[in-house]
Order: sequence, then C-alpha cells, then structure tokens
Amino acid sequence: MSNQGKVDCGRRRLVVATAAVGGAGAVAALVPFVSSLLPSERAKAAGAPVEVDISKLEPGQMMTVEWRGKPVWIINRTKDMLDTLPKLADAVADPKSEKNQQPAYAQNDTRSIKPEIMVVVGICTHLGCSPSQKFKKGAEEGMPGEWLGGFLCPCHGSTFDFAGRVYKSKPAPTNLEVPPHYYMADTRILIGEDKKGA
Amino acid sequence: MAAGNFEKYKSDGSLAGNALEWLDARFPATSMWKGHLSEYYAPKNFNFWYFFGSLALLVLVIQIVTGIFLVMHYKPDAAVNANGVPVAFASVEYIMRDVPGGWLIRYMHSTGASAFFIVVYLHMFRGLLYGSYRKPRELTWLFGVGIFLCLMGEAFFGYLLPWGQMSFWGAQVIVNLFSAIPIIGPDLSILIRGDFVVGDATLNRFFSFHVIAFPLVLIGLVAAHVLALHETGSNNPDGVEIKANKDENGIPRDGIPFHPYYTVKDIVGVIVFLMVFSAVMFWAPEGGGYFLETPNFYPADPLKTPPHIAPVWYFTPFYSILRAVTYPLFGLDAKFWGVVAMGASVVIFAFLPWLDRSPVKSIRYRGPIYKTLLTIFVICFFILGYLGTLSPSPMGELVSQICSVFYFAFFLGMPWWSRMDKFSPVPDRVTMK
Repeated sequence: MSNQGKVDCGRRRLVVATAAVGGAGAVAALVPFVSSLLPSERAKAAGAPVEVDISKLEPGQMMTVEWRGKPVWIINRTKDMLDTLPKLADAVADPKSEKNQQPAYAQNDTRSIKPEIMVVVGICTHLGCSPSQKFKKGAEEGMPGEWLGGFLCPCHGSTFDFAGRVYKSKPAPTNLEVPPHYYMADTRILIGEDKKGA
Repeated sequence: MAAGNFEKYKSDGSLAGNALEWLDARFPATSMWKGHLSEYYAPKNFNFWYFFGSLALLVLVIQIVTGIFLVMHYKPDAAVNANGVPVAFASVEYIMRDVPGGWLIRYMHSTGASAFFIVVYLHMFRGLLYGSYRKPRELTWLFGVGIFLCLMGEAFFGYLLPWGQMSFWGAQVIVNLFSAIPIIGPDLSILIRGDFVVGDATLNRFFSFHVIAFPLVLIGLVAAHVLALHETGSNNPDGVEIKANKDENGIPRDGIPFHPYYTVKDIVGVIVFLMVFSAVMFWAPEGGGYFLETPNFYPADPLKTPPHIAPVWYFTPFYSILRAVTYPLFGLDAKFWGVVAMGASVVIFAFLPWLDRSPVKSIRYRGPIYKTLLTIFVICFFILGYLGTLSPSPMGELVSQICSVFYFAFFLGMPWWSRMDKFSPVPDRVTMK
C-alpha cells in the first residue's frame, strides 16, 4: 500500500492531535505518583510540642530531647560558658543573630529567653549531622589551643559556640536553629510552640 | 553480526533436533546463540583487563540472587520493636543470627556491593587504557556511564536498609545535599525523604528503589550495553578495528568466536575472582571497616551522629571532591558548588568520547603525555578516595583541592593535550604481547 509521496494532511493532523492528547494524559498520570512521594498527612500531623522538665539539669550539663524527629539540646550554661560569648563576637559569622534562625525572643546576646538556659536544635545547618559536645577548653578536646568550648560537627568540621553561633569560614552557612519554645513554669519548657498571645 | 542473519536450524530427524527446529522456527534461538556467542568474533589479543566485563555480569547475578533471598527475611520498618530496637535493624540481626545460612547470604550481598565497584572501576580503567570509548563505541560507553550512575544509586539506597547509624547519617547528609540547590532544593529534599526528617517513609521508598526500580533499569542498561558492544564489535589492547580486515567468508582475520574461546578464558577469571571473593567473605566480611562500617552495627539514632562518619569507600573520591569546594561563587554557597562539582566529577566520564582527540586509541601507541597524565589521574583518584574516608582537616582539604583541580583538568584539558602527544605507528593487525 503506497501513498505515492502524497501526504494526507487531515490524517496527519489527526495523528498529531492524538499524540498531543495522549502525551498530556501521560503527563497528568504522573501527578498521583509524584504527590504520593510528598510527606503523608500523618507525617504532617506529627510534630506535637514536647514538654521538658529541666529541674535536674545542673549548670554545665546538657540534655537532649526529640522534637519532630530532631534532637533539641537544652544546655544549662555556667557563667564561664556565658563569658565566652562576647569574646567570640569577631570569630563567629553572625554574632548578633541577624539571620532568621531564631524566634524574636531569642534574638539577643545569649540567643535564649533565660540567659543561662540555651534551647537549640542540635542539627548542623550544613548537611544535617548532629554536632558533638566539645565543652572543655583548647587541647583537652583535641581542638586548637584558642578553643573556648562549644560544638564540633563531626561530618564537615563546622564549629559552634555555646550559643549555637557558627564560626566564620566553616561549611555551615548559618547559626543553629532555636526552636519556638516558652516556659510553662520556672523549670518546665514547652518546645515547639510560642507562648500564647505573645 | 546482528541476530537474524543466520539460517534457521534444520533437524537431523532426531527427537532433540525436531524440538530445536520447532523452537527455532518460533524464537531466534540459534541466531541469538550464534550472533552473541558462537559466531561473535572478538579480537584474539584480549589480555588481563578484559576479564572485568564478564566479572561485572557475574557480580550482578550474585547481587540479584542473594537480594531475592534477603528480601524474604528483611523488613523495611523504622518503628521500634518491643525490645526497643528498630524493626529493620532487628531483621538484619535476625538474618545474621537466626536464619539458617542467612549470615552467608548477607555477607555475599554486602561483599558483592564492594566487589561490584572494584570490578566496575577496573573495567572503566580498561576503557581509559585502550580507548574503548572512542568511535564507534561511544554509545556502549554512554550506556556504561548510565550503569555506573545506576549502580551508585543502588548502593546508596541499599546502604540505608540495615538502618544502622551510618545508614541513617549517611542518608541524612546525602539527601541534605539536594537542599543546597537554589529555590527548589528544600522542597526537593522533602520529596526525596517523604518526611521532614529521614524516617520510616524514607526507608520504605529506598527499599522500593533498591529492590525494584533500580535493578530493572540496571538490567535494561546492561542489555543495551552488551547489544551496542556486539553491534560494533569489541575493541582490543591495540585499538585496531578487526573488522577492517576480513577473510573471504567475511570473518575478521584477528577474531575468534567468543564461545568457546572467551567463555573458557573467562571461567579462569571467574574462578580466581571467586577465590578472592570467598576469602573476603569468610575471613574479612567487614573489609577492615571499609565494606561494612563499624557505626552501622549500632541501630540508627536520630539524636546522635557517630563521631566519625564517612561514606563507603567506593563513594569517597567523589565525596572528597564535594568537601574540597569551600568557596562561595556568584552569590551561591560553597555547599551548592560542592554538590555541582561532585555531580560533574561523575557525569564528566560521559563526555570522554568527545574530549579525547588523539589519532590513536590504545595507550600502547600514545606518548608520554597520556601515560603521565593518566598515572597522575589514577593517583589523584586514590588520594581523593583515601582522604574521603578521613575526618576533615586543613591539610586534607588542601590536598583534596589540588587533586580535584587535577581531576577536572585531566578531562577538560583533554581536547588539547590529547592531540599534542607523540604517537607511534599503529599496526594493521593486532599484536600478541
């Protein structure tokens, strides 16, 4: 069966139209598959606030609680630890916490509501590892001599001070995140919610 | 040499002969057998380096068979069981301790993963030695690069499944890499994880990719790789086209049938390979902490990163390139450019057929420039691989930067330096060294 070089234009248009409609249908069929990859309703609903009792947290100690699958650190900072913060103003990348990594009530010199109690998400802002404690000064922690204490991310070497501020020229782009939180009582913190009406 | 040019089988009257004639009339049985094996003419001068293609196929079979049996006992579930251990982690322990022979099947699979990369890296190095990627085999090479990418995905997804500490934090870091892409990055990483953190949703989809999606694509690519190779015919250590010199029957004078000559030769390779493979599997299945990393013997803990995390050895050269990028550029973070450099360091292999402009294929007839640069390239690859297993340090960073620059210079400078070399004359026929 030969067309002898003649093209049936009507038939060709029909073929093109059919292919276009079929193609659009195939693309539309992707929608349910791609959307099934998104977080499920259950995953979105998870992440209820966590209540923490810090009455047993001694000065110089740190505790870790899980909130939305992430570690949240609560550090009871000693006066020594707090005294290191102003000294590091030139060494850290964002000393005044100008980047939006904390609620407004934690945008201060200690990045906290109460000066001694630090509440911070223990996930490095580089690639999501959890930094390790390097609380002692200098070589005792295997750090350089001028080290004043803080955190070291084991994955790519970012360092943070006792307020979760990242040192300059490190892979992590921003300070550690301070989660929304408030004091329900003197030694009880609710992590994951701002104070109602505040 | 394509299948279909062969006569259909005629029965000799025996029962078996009749059966084969019946089959051959309905299925290209003899033409496939002849086209790909008994009358596929491969150059007669294959050397040691030509073992690794068939060995890669063997490891693929090992991985698929062991994988099928592992899936019968493994459970992709991040929930914590009554003993406080994640179900996925516990099911791997169960395979290791309670399933009869389970430990052996699991070690075959984990050793097989590393063996796969060793064999594939040597197979790729063969391509670099003898110019196997050059015209007319560009497409074979491209399918090969596709196989390599697929294999990396397969290995990455598979490493999450035991749900150990290294599984968890390795996946956390790699998925977060995608969040470095401007604008779409953060949403893309959520789409990959299926949750805001690496969790049960991530484990389940990685399981699906590891056991269904990627193996299917991998098998398809392997078939395409072999079919494309058999269309053009194999290259050889001299880089001479054997099809340019055929006898009166149209058979290359320097070719010998793949079966029985190379099937038998490859059996020798298989035996030696299986000896080494078994030695590792029985005596050092953890590969000194390189094949199975120590932190992976602890269940995943989302609250605590192990003090030292590193990818498995076969990813470390590319991981080092990622870490070597520490400067922001054009207003984008170093993190983003690190990801770009890492991706480029793998994908750049695909461009080799067009980057190499030398008039000869094989290193045997190339001059000192290629020999020197290829040697430095391999040394850089090893140094990058070694540094990627270490914790970050200022010295390591500097060395990995130098090696990364050379790595890219090797490829990007190739259009110029590959032409400048001093070449020796290529013989008309293959040589038997």
